[in-house]
Amino acid sequence: MSQGQNGAEQRLVTPGMAIGPSAGKRAGSGIITEQETMIATQLGWLQEKNNTMSVHPIHSAYMPRSGDLVVANVAEVRNNLWFMDINGAFQGLLPMSLAPWKVEFGAARQHMDVGNVVLARVQEVDECHNVVLTMKGVGLRRLNQGAVESIPVQHIDRVRGDNNSLLQRLRDACDCRIMVGENGRVWIDGDSKGIAWARKALQMVAEKGHTTEFEAILAEMEQEKKGDA
Amino acid sequence: MGGYGDVQLLRDDGSRLDGRKLDEMRPVKIEAGVLPAADGSAMVTHGLNVAVAAVYGPMEAHPRKIQRQDRAVIDVRYNMAPFSTSDRIRPGFNRRSREISKVTAEALESVVLVERYPRSKIRVEIEILAAEAGTRCAGITAAAVALADAGIPMRDLIVGVASGKIEDTVVLDLDKAEDNYGQADLPVGILPNTGEIAFLQMDGDLSPDEYNLAMEYNFKAAKEIHEIMVEALQKRYEGGEA
Repeated sequence: MSQGQNGAEQRLVTPGMAIGPSAGKRAGSGIITEQETMIATQLGWLQEKNNTMSVHPIHSAYMPRSGDLVVANVAEVRNNLWFMDINGAFQGLLPMSLAPWKVEFGAARQHMDVGNVVLARVQEVDECHNVVLTMKGVGLRRLNQGAVESIPVQHIDRVRGDNNSLLQRLRDACDCRIMVGENGRVWIDGDSKGIAWARKALQMVAEKGHTTEFEAILAEMEQEKKGDA
Repeated sequence: MGGYGDVQLLRDDGSRLDGRKLDEMRPVKIEAGVLPAADGSAMVTHGLNVAVAAVYGPMEAHPRKIQRQDRAVIDVRYNMAPFSTSDRIRPGFNRRSREISKVTAEALESVVLVERYPRSKIRVEIEILAAEAGTRCAGITAAAVALADAGIPMRDLIVGVASGKIEDTVVLDLDKAEDNYGQADLPVGILPNTGEIAFLQMDGDLSPDEYNLAMEYNFKAAKEIHEIMVEALQKRYEGGEA
């Protein structure tokens, strides 16, 4: 039995696959322990970090957690609240008390209507998946310009890179503002050429970020962008 | 002889009409990720059976009355295409498809970690494109691969297999003639890693010894199919795509 990921070697695990004895190790996400054996519950790559085994899933749905920064679309408006599509199984609820404006009862639509896009934070998630969002906080606002690109939720870490290194590289290359929501939506703001390049680059990172030729492809794209500018 | 008069289902040398041994399965081929619009999908070819499964979700369960506050519900729709058999099947739900949808949903609920997604629904669509006995088993196998492909957390990959009895002899994986004219059919949903049984149906009669032998065949076949399922999932992603 493999004891997890060693260097460049990655192990693809399927649900039900025994990973190894649980003694001395902690079960992280995508792993359960049954009869002192760790068992994978999701299809994905096995990872070991700080003595914790986890599965980095190949596909996953967005599960909101308190504190997540999300790019949300207004899906429904009521007198005193907005329902937001946060790319998850359930809509998020933004009450007028957590909006950045002073909203009169019945005037919610004057501030934000269906189809508007906002940068919000997840305030609270209860055990029944009721999600409450807030727009009170630094940088949280309605997004009136730019473009939103969707990437698979499981590839967000890949887009960010270590300490946001890759994200900063993309920002520098296209000279755009880029905000990555935990819900797989990325907001890009800049000139149209920069936005187009950033969208292409984001899709490329999501699709090829784990391959050996990734660095060469990105360098080539950066070179092309410099040539255009 | 078989259950229906003089139909001969075993040759004089003891082998079956299609040349298989008593404990031999029909060829099985599995492909994961066949439908780009679904969150997860799979196609299972089991003998002449072709089953395609698509998984969508987890999503908010509608109508609200089906929501469960502590877990997800699995909504399975099993359907046979009108062209899947030699006689055209009238399109739409019927008694049989409702029954198979129900037992499949219950089998899948026992392996999916449904408590992770309260109030949600996971939709599983199983479409039988070609049928030659054993479609519910092929459908369950396809659904398990599709669920794994969709990233739904599960305790194990459930495998659908069947054994039966023809001419007083227990055989593995009945084909159409054996199913139609045989004496018993025992489809089972098995969790190969733990050896648990997630669903079991029986049509006809088996003695305790025959039942034990049929289950022995089923467990052996489940291990073989499980290996093919894992290979199909690994083949899709280990080639570099992820």
